[in-house]
This record gives sequence, structure tokens and C-alpha cells, in this order.
Amino acid sequence: MTPLLTVRGLTIRFGGVTALNQVDFAVQPGSITALIGPNGAGKTTVFNCVTGFYRADGGTIRLHAGQQDEEGLNLLTLLGEPVRWRDCWQPQRLAERLYYQMFGGPHLVNRAGVARTFQNIRLFNELTVMENLLVAQHTQVDAALLSGLLRSRRFLAKEEAALQRATEWLRFFALHGEANRLAGELPYGHQRRLEMARALCTNPRLLCLDEPAAGLNPNETRLLSQLILTLRDQFQVTILLIEHDMGMVMEISDHLVVLDHGEVIARGTPEEIQQNPRVLAAYLGTGAG
Amino acid sequence: MWARWWMACRVGAIALLLLAPMVGAVLSGYQIETHWQRPLWLALAVTVGTFFCSWLLQHIGWFDRFGGRAASSTPAVTIGQSGPRPLWILLAMALAIALPFVVGKYGMSVAILALIYILLGLGLNIVVGLAGLLDLGFVAFYAVGAYTYALGYHYWQLSFWLALPLGALLAGLFGMVLGFPVLRLHGDYLAIVTLGFGEIIRLVLNNWVAVTGGPNGVSVVFPTLFGLEFNRRAKQGGTPIHEFFGISYSSDHRAIFLYFLLLAVVGLLIIMVIRLKRMPIGRAWEALRENEVACRSLGIHHVTVKLSAFGLGAMVGGIGGVFFAALQGFVNPSSFTFFESAYILAIVVLGGMGSTTGVIAAAMVLTVLPELLRDFSDYRVLSVGIAMVLMMVWRPRGLRQRRRPFFALPTAAEENRAAALVPGVDGR
Repeated sequence: MTPLLTVRGLTIRFGGVTALNQVDFAVQPGSITALIGPNGAGKTTVFNCVTGFYRADGGTIRLHAGQQDEEGLNLLTLLGEPVRWRDCWQPQRLAERLYYQMFGGPHLVNRAGVARTFQNIRLFNELTVMENLLVAQHTQVDAALLSGLLRSRRFLAKEEAALQRATEWLRFFALHGEANRLAGELPYGHQRRLEMARALCTNPRLLCLDEPAAGLNPNETRLLSQLILTLRDQFQVTILLIEHDMGMVMEISDHLVVLDHGEVIARGTPEEIQQNPRVLAAYLGTGAG
Repeated sequence: MWARWWMACRVGAIALLLLAPMVGAVLSGYQIETHWQRPLWLALAVTVGTFFCSWLLQHIGWFDRFGGRAASSTPAVTIGQSGPRPLWILLAMALAIALPFVVGKYGMSVAILALIYILLGLGLNIVVGLAGLLDLGFVAFYAVGAYTYALGYHYWQLSFWLALPLGALLAGLFGMVLGFPVLRLHGDYLAIVTLGFGEIIRLVLNNWVAVTGGPNGVSVVFPTLFGLEFNRRAKQGGTPIHEFFGISYSSDHRAIFLYFLLLAVVGLLIIMVIRLKRMPIGRAWEALRENEVACRSLGIHHVTVKLSAFGLGAMVGGIGGVFFAALQGFVNPSSFTFFESAYILAIVVLGGMGSTTGVIAAAMVLTVLPELLRDFSDYRVLSVGIAMVLMMVWRPRGLRQRRRPFFALPTAAEENRAAALVPGVDGR
């Protein structure tokens, strides 16, 4: 089976620090893959590369979603690769690179089918819960200025559909009672769920969750695990998550990738990882050093 | 209670010490007369007054507002059907239509100026209030609009009706030109760059004498209505309007015409702004103001969103400029100083950033009040400053609370997803 996401040789440097060094991993469609590792291992950096917020210095990130060729879509081209001299002989390639330099960015990665949440919740606090979800459907509604000002039939139909879709996700996350509250005044756990709902409103193939259980109590964490499993089973959303709650990770994930100091030290099923001596060493340290 | 009396007595003692030499010893001719009762009575008044004031401060909640407690106790934003009741709208419309027949010539010019400031306030409100981009050079677009009409007429006999869309387009273009380099800037840096841009436009208009006439300005012709002129005698090759309708000439016709035209434009703009807030583009502006990173993660291109805000805001400013030129009959760069930018920004801030009704109210207050208080015109800027400070203390979010649209949830979807819910997933 072709993986949904293939990361090959991902490398990124910040000044002299190599934050990620030749990171390789793949995410199978319909799976829950977890990125784990000690603090500062580079998990969030991987996320930021995959979702287009950081521009990697080397490697490829390929997404196999939709009607692309066998190779898939290299997400790094969407961010605008530097233009090279040899591109002058390939006008089409040059034009493409120039275009993405000008108009590329994380928003294109999202439109390709990758959505994310943030470690520190980033909601639109002064907007209502419903508006948060409507903003997320910006590319699916009729955003043209004139049709909106004139309230064309097409515009109204699309708005109605967006409202419907938002309501469905609100119900799924049991937030429908709070549709008309400000996002900023929701309790913390609800904000976490709202952020997931908002990401899902963009119709992603791959949902990247950055520490979704951080700050939740054990009950809420259990609820979250169930929700994530339902998302995968009923909505065919593939999930890539970073999480420190090992109980939750071991319970729900199909595949684990362990990072330490910017390198992948282990991959495998939860059982394999639990036995892996390098992982134990990374987490607990070893006497042998 | 006793603590308060004790405090009041101490204040009274201080008052006595201070007042005794001031009031107690009176210079009469070359002699000093002593009046010991006077400072005693005054000190007693101070003591009792202090006691009661401190009692009032504690027991009447209104005074708490000085402490800024009001800011947190009143909800910052109300959610509901946006805008005031239809009755109020009808009343306001009736008042606006009746106005020219009530107030005199002078009142009309004030009303027209107020409408122009409403226009500008609503335009800047798009940029500052909705998109959250602090623009200190808004007057530049106002100037572009005014000079489009003035220079267009001067060189190519451009009519007012053509200048209106052209001025808007040109100002919008300038807005986008300004928007492009400042895309990466936020807050203070953005404010400084836009401030510089506003000054550049003014300095170019001032110094490019060969084209703009420099400080001497350019005269502007008054608009015509379907070829009908508002002059006593035809000057622009049309028929004077009073001859056409067979009424006697009155210079009021000009003001009434301009007033109603502006009223129509402002009315259209209000409808537009209200709709914009419920449109994807308006929501994207507000989302961008709240969190740019989240916006980008949701597939929204921040460049186009920011540019559209700058462009649309500037277009409105340009329209305001064309009207200003038509009203004045003459433009020169001294009308487009930084003070104007600051004044428009004050309107937006006082009105409550993002609130349409608030901005309209603030624009009216800030243009009509200075006219009513002509005698105190020296203190105009000071009073605006004091008003701003008081606003920040009492209503830091502006005259009017921002409203958010209310969405009734559709019920048809209820069955579909309710089944999908995992049993026990309720969250509460």
C-alpha cells in the first residue's frame, strides 16, 4: 500500500544547530501514527515542516492524496524552493518556482490536504465558535466579493452548506451547545476540541495533532482517544500525532516513530517500541552512557 | 467608620495648616488682619466632605469605573442579531432626509463634513477595526481621491461622475501598493511605515509643483447632475438646474445635492460593511487580526486577505476624497496632513474598533461637537485627547460593544451525526 505521507531525508538547520537530521518515516493511510520522543527531540519541528511552517533544508515530504502521479506531491515545492541557475533551461519549472516563491506557503499545504492543531491553542478568540469553523471553510465557500455583497444564490447555498458542515463537526465534538459563544471564553478542554473541529472543517486527508491531550484531565484524555479512533474509523482521516501521554499513545496508535536529538531512533508498533533498548535509553538514560 | 473619621480628620488638619496662613491672615492696606474663624470653618468643611466622598466612593458602584473594574465586569462582546432595531434605522433615515430642510446653510456644510468623516471612518474601520492593521497614513488615500478629481478635471476635463470610480480605483491601487511591502509587518512597525507613506504622498503633492500646483493647490469644479449645473449661469456647457425646473436660483441647491448624494453613498457603504462582516472575506479579516498563523494553517492566504483589506479601505478613502474636493471646490496639500489621519483613527478608536454604529456615532460626535463648541476651538485637540483617555478608562472597547453574528444551528443534520457519536462522548 502506498503511504499517504512519505518523509525522506528531512533535514533542517537553525544557524549551527541541526534540528532534524535525515528524518525518514511514512504514514499509512487510515492509520494513527504517533511521533514521540523526549523534550527538544524535534517533534514539533517535524510538524512544522510537514505543515509548511518551516522550510526544510533538505529531503522530501511527499503527500499521496487525490489524483497525483505515483510520486505524489512534494510539499516542499509548495513553499517556494530557491530558484537555481539551471532552471533557466526549463521555463516551466522556473515559472513554477517563481509562482510558489510569490504565492506559496502553508496555506497551499493545507489545501493539499494536511490540517493541523497547535501545541499552544491558536483559536480566533474574539470570534464565535461557529465563526471559527466558518473561517476554516474559506476555500470551500464562495469568497468572491461581488457574489457576497449581492447575496447571490450560489453564495447563500454555499454559506448554508458551510454552516451545516460546521454544525456536524460541532455535534461530533459535543460543542453544539456553544456554537454562539466566543471561542476565547470556552473552557480549556473545549478549546482543544474546537481546534480539532476547526482543522477538520478544511476536509483534510491527514490531520496533525500537536499534543492534543496536553492539559486535559484523565477523563478528557480518554474521551479524546475515543474521538480520535472514531475519526479514523468512520471518517477515514489519517492521523499523525505528537503526544507525551504514553498511556494514550500506546493505546491508540498503530505505528510509532521515536525521535531523539533530531534523528529517528526507532519505528514500529507500540509493542516493539516498548521493548526497544534505544528508546528506553533515550527516555530514561543509560548507566553505560 | 472610625477609621474613615480619623482619615477625614487628618485631611482636615492638613487643610487647616495650609489654609491658616492663606485665608486666616488677610492683608488689608499695610496691616495684616487675622480671621481665625475662616480657616476653621473651611477645615471643618474639608473634613466632613472627605468623609462623605470616601463613603460615596465605597458605596456607589458608579465610582468603581474609575478603577477600571467595569472593563472586566461587562461582557466585551455581545452575540446576537447584528445592528440596531429597524425602528431606529427608520428614525435615523427620516432624520437624515429631513435635515436639509431644518438646518441652514452652515448646518448643511457641517452635515456634509460629518458624512465625509463617516465615510472615512468606515473605510479605516475595515483596515484597523476588522483586519487589525494599524494604518496611520489613511489620509494618503483621501488625498489620492481628491487629487484624482482635481487633476483629472484640470488636465482632462474629467467629470465628477467619472472621477468617483476612478478615484476609488486609484486609491485602492495605492492601498495595495502600500500593502505589498508591509505584508510582513505588524503593529508598531506597520504604523510607522504607513505614517511614512502618508507623508510621502503629501510631500509629493506639495513639491511636484509642475503637475500638482504645489501649495497653491488646484481648483475643482462643482459636479453636475445629468448635465444640469448648480451655478447661476451655465459655465460648464450645461443648463443651470434652477432654469431647468423653473425655480429661482439658490446656492443651497448645491449643498442639498451633495448631501443627498453622500447620504446615498454612505447608506450603500453601511450595507456593504454589514454584509462584509458576514462574508468569507470579512471573517478572514477578523481571523487574521486574531491569529495569523492559525489562518495560514487553515488554507487562507494572508497576502490576498491583507491586500483586500488595504485595497477596500483605501477605495472608501478615495471616494471620500473625491467628495471632499467637490465640497471644497479647491484642494491643496495642507488638507491632508497627519492630523487628519490621526483624527480619522480617533473616530475609529472612539467608535469601538469594528463596530459600524459606533464609528458612525463617533464620526458625528467628532465633527459636530467642534462646530457647536466653536468658542472653545483652541481646546479642540485637547478635548479629543481627553475624550480618548476617558474612553480608555471607561469603555476600552469603544462607544459601542462589538456584536458578533448569531447562527441558528441547522437541525437537519441532527440525525446524521448523532448516530456517529461514540456512546458516552458528551464532554459534560
